[in-house]
Amino acid sequence: MFEYCADPSQLSGLTWLSCYLTTGTHFNFYRSFVTVLMLLAVTAPVALAFGFGGAMAARSHVTPLSLLGRGYIAAVRGVPDIVYFLFFVIALDQGIEWTKHLFVCDDLSQPVWNGTEFRVCPAAKVPLATSSAIWHSAYAFALAVFTFALVFGAFAANVLYGAMQAVPKAQLETAEAYGMTPRQVFRRILVPQMWVYALPGLSNLWLILIKATPLLFLLGIQDIVYWARELGSAKTSGNNPYPHGDWRVFYFLALLVFYLAFTRVSEIVLARLTRRLSHGQATLGGEQLRKAGA
Amino acid sequence: MAMSCLETIQAYGLRSLGYGERLLPRDDFTLCQHFTLIGSGLIWNVYFGVLALLFGFFLANALALAKAAHSPWLRKPAEWFIFVFRGSPLFIQFFLAYELLVLLPKAGINVLGITIDTSWTTRAWAGALFVLFLNTAAYSAEIFHGALKSVPKGDVEAADAYGITGWSRFRRILWPTMLRLGWPAYTNEAIFLFHATTLVFFSGFPAFQQRGDALYYANYFADKTFNPFIPYPIVGFYFICLTLLLIWVFGLINRRLNRHLPSNLRGRIRLRPQLIR
Repeated sequence: MFEYCADPSQLSGLTWLSCYLTTGTHFNFYRSFVTVLMLLAVTAPVALAFGFGGAMAARSHVTPLSLLGRGYIAAVRGVPDIVYFLFFVIALDQGIEWTKHLFVCDDLSQPVWNGTEFRVCPAAKVPLATSSAIWHSAYAFALAVFTFALVFGAFAANVLYGAMQAVPKAQLETAEAYGMTPRQVFRRILVPQMWVYALPGLSNLWLILIKATPLLFLLGIQDIVYWARELGSAKTSGNNPYPHGDWRVFYFLALLVFYLAFTRVSEIVLARLTRRLSHGQATLGGEQLRKAGA
Repeated sequence: MAMSCLETIQAYGLRSLGYGERLLPRDDFTLCQHFTLIGSGLIWNVYFGVLALLFGFFLANALALAKAAHSPWLRKPAEWFIFVFRGSPLFIQFFLAYELLVLLPKAGINVLGITIDTSWTTRAWAGALFVLFLNTAAYSAEIFHGALKSVPKGDVEAADAYGITGWSRFRRILWPTMLRLGWPAYTNEAIFLFHATTLVFFSGFPAFQQRGDALYYANYFADKTFNPFIPYPIVGFYFICLTLLLIWVFGLINRRLNRHLPSNLRGRIRLRPQLIR
């Protein structure tokens, strides 16, 4: 990156370090932090949407819908989430390819699951073997986002379901007495008030979601764990202009610090948000704010 | 050569500990093999979970007390310990611990002329157990600290009025009440811990001679058969059984902790598993 980096073997000390930390592979490492942040930015709203859907289904008066919602919440809890991460990525991939296989392949006589193989015709591969590398990584990323959203959606559904139940019944009954339809009660009374009850649970979930991001590594994504292992492993002078010993421990230490800092910042922001949402609420927190203001 | 299910169990029932058949099944996978090998791996999950919980319980109590202490010399280290282990992913903790343990001198450390072997620390049974022990201690300490803070004021005042002070006040009043109040949350922590044990063999610690846990073998089958729909649900089934067993055992302890209360005031344990730590 810098001009004096032309011959690394002549460098030492901080100049060497500045060159070492700005190599192309290190920029891949830095970019993978962006991947993690992107995953969080995309997954959080999608999971919240899944959770909202799940909570609404669980509250529904239609029995099959209610069972579906409850089943979704119950199925994801009780089993280690990492099982889902390993399971869904293959299952989704195979499901998509199998569906495509039914439509685009000419020869459907061969079974798709054949002993120890999963075989679809080349045209049914997702993404196609001929498509560029960027599509392959985009597809892997999309699968990861969907898996994360599905698992965290169930937990969000659980939190939102509890929050919806926690809104004082009198509020809803008053709205009904004023002649609102169930839909209006839901939109105008229940949803605006439930957030303050949902926030502790959702903040918890956010912190857990942050800590779940290294599992991207297991989904075959070149994330920060992948690059930390890659860059930290010992390099000999033969294959690398910047030879060093086994430095993985330093890279993982850096990741640890990154996560600790991220958690701390999130905690501070969430505490502010809680304060703000408590304003004017008939809760202990809201009452304290009112007294402090008066 | 097809094996009967009984033969399969004899061959692979203790495979995760290194007994029985040396080679894992390579083709013609049967449902019996799935259940046997994954069940055999579950031994490791139980091993990690039980021992980490047992040792972690004592450290958690000490840490909770340290965090509640007035002296900053006790309080600050406990707060930092809890923050570091609760604020970072367990997955990263495993990786970091493994890399740290690898750095120990291979030849062993020489203490007063006696060479202490260090190679065993990088093995999962020791290294991963140590990380899980510290991790669960941090999470449980936070639970017990919260419970300690919510011990009813009246209980402590009553103890003072009876002249119960110091150690006996702690042992007879504070500690049992703390345990009683924190127990439902601690039950959930135990469940998460058992779930977290599935991370061990995916996070740097190698499975020596293919001796792994339940998820390790499930992953082995899914890789070989390209069919995730059999091995992973089996892991799920085993873990649901394990979770129910855990709730039952912790429920018994909960009943004992609450035995002096009228039945309508007893805290009930509700399953509220969270996600990854």
